[in-house]
Amino acid sequence: MYQYDEFDRAFISERNRQFRAQVARRIDGSLTEEEFRPLRLMNGLYLQLHAYMLRVAIPYGTLNSAQLRQLAMIATRWDKGYGHFTTRQNIQYNWPRLNDVPDILDALAEVGLHAIQTSGNTIRNVTSDQFAAAAADEIEDPRPYAELIRQWSTDHPEFQFLPRKFKIAITGSPNDRTVTKAHDIGLRMVRQGHETGFEVIVGGGLGRTPMIGKVIRDFLPVSDLLPYLEAIVGTYNLLGRRDNKYKARIKITVHENGLETVRDLVEAQFRKIAPQFDEAATAQHLAQLKQQFAAPDLPPRRDTRYHDARRADGVFRAWADTNLHPHRVAGYSIVTISLKPHGGTPGDATDAQMTLIADLADRYAQGEIRVSHEQNLVLPHVALDDLPALHQALRKAGLATANVGLASDIIACPGMDYCALATARSIPVAQEIAQHVDALKLEHDIGPLKIKISGCINACGHHHVGHIGILGLDRAGVENYQITLGGDGTEDAVIGTRTGPGFAYDQIVPAIERILRTYLALRHDRAETFLQAYCRLGATPFKSALYETEQVHAA
Amino acid sequence: MKQKSLVKVITANSLIEGDVVWLAQDGSWTDSLYNALAYADPEQAQAALEQANKRQSEVVGCYLADMHLGPEGLEPAHFREDFRRRGPSNYAHGKQAQG
Repeated sequence: MYQYDEFDRAFISERNRQFRAQVARRIDGSLTEEEFRPLRLMNGLYLQLHAYMLRVAIPYGTLNSAQLRQLAMIATRWDKGYGHFTTRQNIQYNWPRLNDVPDILDALAEVGLHAIQTSGNTIRNVTSDQFAAAAADEIEDPRPYAELIRQWSTDHPEFQFLPRKFKIAITGSPNDRTVTKAHDIGLRMVRQGHETGFEVIVGGGLGRTPMIGKVIRDFLPVSDLLPYLEAIVGTYNLLGRRDNKYKARIKITVHENGLETVRDLVEAQFRKIAPQFDEAATAQHLAQLKQQFAAPDLPPRRDTRYHDARRADGVFRAWADTNLHPHRVAGYSIVTISLKPHGGTPGDATDAQMTLIADLADRYAQGEIRVSHEQNLVLPHVALDDLPALHQALRKAGLATANVGLASDIIACPGMDYCALATARSIPVAQEIAQHVDALKLEHDIGPLKIKISGCINACGHHHVGHIGILGLDRAGVENYQITLGGDGTEDAVIGTRTGPGFAYDQIVPAIERILRTYLALRHDRAETFLQAYCRLGATPFKSALYETEQVHAA
Repeated sequence: MKQKSLVKVITANSLIEGDVVWLAQDGSWTDSLYNALAYADPEQAQAALEQANKRQSEVVGCYLADMHLGPEGLEPAHFREDFRRRGPSNYAHGKQAQG
């Protein structure tokens, strides 16, 4: 894993010193809120519905055990004993006091973490595959490139006041687990002959005007990565609209100007600036980064205990069936720790849970933890024979829910329980759906299903790419929930289609159940997933189930 | 049914804690909607808001929120204000924890 160098440490320390002074000046009245607000946002500090919220970047979703332990300590000491992992692979603290935030930032710096550029119209935390360096299907670990991008984009003088925020996702696998096509820039690693490069996707995004990204360059050699990114962001910085906040994202720039025009401008800019980049120095730096991310040496292990436990323990088997993913090394597995206990808040972990997971990572998983955009934690390198013991330890802490990829593994944004922008609540809808499918014992029968909930049109909950998406709105002073179906966040990304009128808060769970029962009734067999069945059947039977029942009740 | 009358209160978040507060009768900031000062006259409310906005060392983001004035006292006209006076629905944190 990457370790901060002198430059990183000095930069973070200086920024923290500045922010401490800014907070002091705000509290003593020297700064007005108008003056202070942009300063606190540059450091990830929001004011939400009930309190301040501090958003801490977890670079490309990778943590070491010391960092996770420190995140737990912060939750204990300065918050309410928990943290919330987000769809941006960040962690949010929902209850910090303004005068404690400088101390929190110093505590983060001790373990090489910060909250810089987690807000504002800048390049945000680069997100990546939570299975990086472990997945069997991976071409190459994307994180050295993600770290290179982090260094290039952090405090980049030209890109501190972009027309709007800017999100980059990078994956090294053909199976896209990072929703690259819904980012301002998506980078998908590809091979051309023996050379590794990137397919560069631009102009994706969810929110008010959801768009699937378009390929602007089908093969970008690794050596051109930084100048090409700088050409894209520089072009957007000049061309992107600043007259209308809702038309300011690069997806609109690409849509309004056309991909060809944007590509021509980017390529011209790229040719102009590429000579200014020291290709040899970047290559050398990248080689050093790759060493820091070198995959751990995983000694050969037996798998007898694993298979014995599968035979003997049905609970373990159910968990292993849903929460494991194939590792590139035989005898090992990738473990997803579900932060979605039925009825819990998606993405929340208590301080005790975080500390336990850090300890388990040290004991069983090379000290590494990942955060997934689906709001779960991941232990990337666990020997199969250690899984029964790991499962036992997780179970005692309420962390062994066997539901990864199933109906109750729901993404939900904080919604109106916390967020000042939200138009309706998300969390209790997720809680109730999860409890309901659990009570009906339906989710293992239903199989792979992605339900995603956003509490406003900004779509932090990725509802557009959920197989079932739920969007909470304020309709004439009442919470109302619209449903979209058929969305897909993988490499074959699709924006879901709205079914029709929304449902009241107390009607949304029954509506979701009608969709699930329709699928169960109409699928060919268990092998046909919800998404496959929806693609075959179209929206009609689901709409009938959703709306005709209502009319019967009304009549 | 007797119509409840619509009134306005001045609300904000406190500077240090960030928690929800309302302007009270005595000019202080109260953490209970029960003690908030209600304005029946919109112009008076607006003028009071402008004064409240000057108290930058105490609060952040003052605005006028609509309330119904019924027999039980002030009731938020919108669910957002109802959540603000109560706290999140997933944990007993925020106002509801203060009892």
